[in-house]
Amino acid sequence: MLYWTQGGAERTAHRRYLIRKGELPLRIYADNAATTQTSELARRVMVDTMDRYWGNPSSLYSFGQEAAEVLYQARCDVAACLGAKPEEIYFTSGGSEADNQAIVSAAQLGKRKGKNHIITTPIEHHAVLHTVEKLAKEGFEVTYLPMDESGIVKVEDVAAAIRPETALVTVMFANNEIGTVQPIARIGALCREKGVVFHTDAVQAAGHLAIDVEEMNIDMLSLSGHKFHGPRGVGALYVRKKVPLLSFIQGGAQERGRRAGTENLPAIAGMAAALTEACAHIDEHYKYVSSLRDALIDGLSAIPHGALNGARAPRLPGNVNFCFEGIEGESLLLLLDDKGVSASSGSACTSGSLDPSHVLLAIGRPHEVAHGSLRLTLDYTNTMEEVNEIVAAVKEVVDYLRNMSPVWKALEKGERKYVI
Amino acid sequence: MLYSEKVMDHFRNPRNVGEIPDADGIGEVGNAKCGDIMKMYLKIDDGIITDVKFETFGCGSAIATSSMATELIKGKPVDEALTLTNQAVVEALDGLPAYKLHCSVLAEEAVKAAIKDYYDKNNIPYNPTDFCNQDCDHCSLEH
Repeated sequence: MLYWTQGGAERTAHRRYLIRKGELPLRIYADNAATTQTSELARRVMVDTMDRYWGNPSSLYSFGQEAAEVLYQARCDVAACLGAKPEEIYFTSGGSEADNQAIVSAAQLGKRKGKNHIITTPIEHHAVLHTVEKLAKEGFEVTYLPMDESGIVKVEDVAAAIRPETALVTVMFANNEIGTVQPIARIGALCREKGVVFHTDAVQAAGHLAIDVEEMNIDMLSLSGHKFHGPRGVGALYVRKKVPLLSFIQGGAQERGRRAGTENLPAIAGMAAALTEACAHIDEHYKYVSSLRDALIDGLSAIPHGALNGARAPRLPGNVNFCFEGIEGESLLLLLDDKGVSASSGSACTSGSLDPSHVLLAIGRPHEVAHGSLRLTLDYTNTMEEVNEIVAAVKEVVDYLRNMSPVWKALEKGERKYVI
Repeated sequence: MLYSEKVMDHFRNPRNVGEIPDADGIGEVGNAKCGDIMKMYLKIDDGIITDVKFETFGCGSAIATSSMATELIKGKPVDEALTLTNQAVVEALDGLPAYKLHCSVLAEEAVKAAIKDYYDKNNIPYNPTDFCNQDCDHCSLEH
């Protein structure tokens, strides 16, 4: 049932043709860590599923059983991309739900055995951090692994943190803000040796980095459909067969009793198609997208008193995250949008909270520098021409904002010390 | 849309950006740690604000409120400028999202800080309660 249609490069070429003709405004989408455009394949599979497989997979008649077959095929496809078995995949409403269920389940099951300790990192996504914080309020003890400017945890620190009462280690596969990739296989091996359940939030990694849950000794893994050109509102949780999983949504027996509710089949099938497509092209996309990323990092490095956040490697192929001293991120984003560049920032103003990004603070960026952060996340739909346009736009906007910034003036006059 | 058209206009085309080298009053408020600093320069002749410039480090609404505040006080007598309120800045901009209201407070404070500096430099007596105490930490305000 999979349609292999025109690839991203062709669609991008068509889009650029429309821009040249003046039928589309010049817009460069460089926020692929926020969401991605649904692929042509995923869209077709979704429509096809709605048209032809609209039965309830729990029903016994043929309408239902045909839908059940599509559901099973999607489960097999997702499992194949992760090196898992189909019965180890649970479909959820997205990455956040998968993270919540994995963490709370492991914690509660650990508690029954007298284990009340959780190990995580200070740079996790809020779906993990807030869940862990909630468990801490309920009496769990939490160890946040030490973090330095590299944005990468040290396996020795994980080893030192594990205790007999550790119920769970949860470390993200790759960071959503600064793109740093964690030593998952080594942490997995360590946890397996110590008999501790290991969960990884792979929302940013799935479809972009090769994952093998067997080889990497991963017990639980979360992913989200819309980060690899699938639909949003759907995700998956992988749980190793021997690891028990508690259910948090009570109702029918869907997902083998672990997640009630009639399956969102069009989204599930669309996600499975998108993940299969992404995994089929993973090496090719990795090579192409990381060449764009490297050019973008090199281009932006020419801006004085700016610095890449997090180690340059190992890093997600599309992630570029800079801090520019003397300016604030929201104004940077708004002016970049005026120039047709869609990006993101870790400044407090863009998060609607008082503090800038917890990730940038955790890797040691002072508040005033973290406010001036810019995240650009590329993907195979971007081009080198776009990268050059982004570099020119960022340089222009940073210069313009620095010119009206009293902080920048104070730095230039030596009244304030440069941090970067 | 996050911001009104007027906010976007003042953000994209801020009025009176820059510094006045021989300013009669300079006020700087805010805190880089919180993500916004405003610096206001006043040129005052015979008690009238004849010129005003600003420099701002901050978000879109910080730049827009600074710009609007300069427009509202330019050409006005100093004692009239002293009555500028953050609500007046917000109304002139057709509103701000609730969590951005502190930017308008900063704009009001920047104007007042510059006037206070002018009064201090010229030994002009004033009522201290008319001015925000410069130690006030706007971080504690509701965002």
